[in-house]
Amino acid sequence: MEEKLSVTLSGIKLNNPVIPASGTFGFGYEFADFYDINILGSISFKGTTKDERFGNAQPRIAECKEGLINSIGLQNPGIDMVIEKELPRLRKVFKNPLIANISGFSIDEYTHCCEKIDKQEQVEIIEVNISCPNVHNGGMAFGTSTEAAKEVTKAVKAVTTKPVYIKLTPNVSNIVEIAKACEDGGADGIVLINTLLGMRIDLKTRKPVIANKMGGFSGPAIFPVAERMVYQVYEAVNIPIIGVGGIETAEDVIEMMLAGATAVEVGAANLKNPYACKEIIEDLPKVMEKYKIEKLSDIIGKAH
Amino acid sequence: MYKRNKYKIMSNKQIAKNVYEMVLEGETTYITRPGQFINIEIDGFYLRRPISVCDYDENTITIIYKVVGNGTEKMSTLKEGSILDILTGLGNGFEKTIGGERPLLIGGGVGTPPMYNLCKELIKRESKPIVVIGFGSKDEVFYEKEFKNLGAEVYVSTVDGSYGTKGFVTDVIKNLEGYTYYYACGPENMLKAVYDVAKGKGELSFEERMGCGFGACMGCTCKTKYGNKRICKNGPVLKKEEIIW
Repeated sequence: MEEKLSVTLSGIKLNNPVIPASGTFGFGYEFADFYDINILGSISFKGTTKDERFGNAQPRIAECKEGLINSIGLQNPGIDMVIEKELPRLRKVFKNPLIANISGFSIDEYTHCCEKIDKQEQVEIIEVNISCPNVHNGGMAFGTSTEAAKEVTKAVKAVTTKPVYIKLTPNVSNIVEIAKACEDGGADGIVLINTLLGMRIDLKTRKPVIANKMGGFSGPAIFPVAERMVYQVYEAVNIPIIGVGGIETAEDVIEMMLAGATAVEVGAANLKNPYACKEIIEDLPKVMEKYKIEKLSDIIGKAH
Repeated sequence: MYKRNKYKIMSNKQIAKNVYEMVLEGETTYITRPGQFINIEIDGFYLRRPISVCDYDENTITIIYKVVGNGTEKMSTLKEGSILDILTGLGNGFEKTIGGERPLLIGGGVGTPPMYNLCKELIKRESKPIVVIGFGSKDEVFYEKEFKNLGAEVYVSTVDGSYGTKGFVTDVIKNLEGYTYYYACGPENMLKAVYDVAKGKGELSFEERMGCGFGACMGCTCKTKYGNKRICKNGPVLKKEEIIW
């Protein structure tokens, strides 16, 4: 059974392709109260920066049809506290390979965090987030220019031997060029997509619902956008892709893999249903059977 | 500890203007303290609706909610016998063991419901609670009789003076003496006023727009003197001394 679901990212074997997406799963242990999280392929933990960040003002959440907008603003305790407090706590309840999601406001901050996380044995992949829409002077800025994306990738690759995956923003006119620039910079993989920049206005107050006015839109509504970008990037690069965006079911996982994803991350669904990843993993074998799929890894990119 | 389960609606009735009481049947073992909340999935809405627990026993949960938007409006139309998907056991809740002999319980509007189970628990511990509940107008008042039936000393205030003391809960509290501790739940401006007027130690329950309700998304974080806290997980109840306004 296990072999049927397993996939490999840069030589790292995952029991299955289902990974909770950064920012929707905390540091993992919150979910250990709900179920044994060792059934997960991996976990991409909460985006971490060099220094502690409180994040943005309240309110940070706005509900939408088929999704939500968040403007958390990279709240995290900073890389040193993550290594000292959060990772040991997660290690107690999670034994599988871990993905460290790293953010920054300058190339130095990215490399600072990556150098530190490089020494953490449990972290097997570094996911470099150059796509956060909720912080100024950084985050997404690196993900909207081919030069900056390549520069960050090269800088991070120089300080770590762990595989580096670059998480990209969909808020660009040409995702393929950005992904290719990351590949040129030495990226080991691409993560597609972060949230779409969105907004809601409250009819009663006539003002934006979110304090920061805009935020990142996620949820099932963005699934077709994510799938389209995974499909396009798969044709243009030779490194693995992790598909993210609106995945809620085992069928969605298979569809995303057909488009070209080697693994998938599940985001907003965790917030609505804390058992989302568990249910997807449990459903995969029967959905595979229905569509006559023997091994999940056989279908990667088969829509091309 | 929290869990998701299915619950059957036993009743869902209007008890005041725009305010409804719903009784649910199902698992209640994960609710451990008054002031905790449950997170309800409503068909057609992406996020769950967090609602405080008014009361519970071995197999029922009572909640009281106000229709404030489309989600709660949909809730108000749900019929007896319908099944809801709910997470229970969320939030820290009130510390019921430190209320002392004469605790003061303060509820504003739909901040009143969590005071009911707390009042019950405190009376079980042989204290004599004073309950002060505030509303906008007479037609919004609920649960005065229920609190009296528990044996509490009850005061009601209305902003327009149509029932009880005219003004806010603080207009009642400023004349009260001899309470040993206080518990408050209501809108933030009420909590701030209570914080300024009420004497001695206490704890206050806050509301914030939530994503998940169980600590994963960091959607509801606030700053406290003891560091950043997630209202859903490290709250909704904060001790008076840790609050930063």
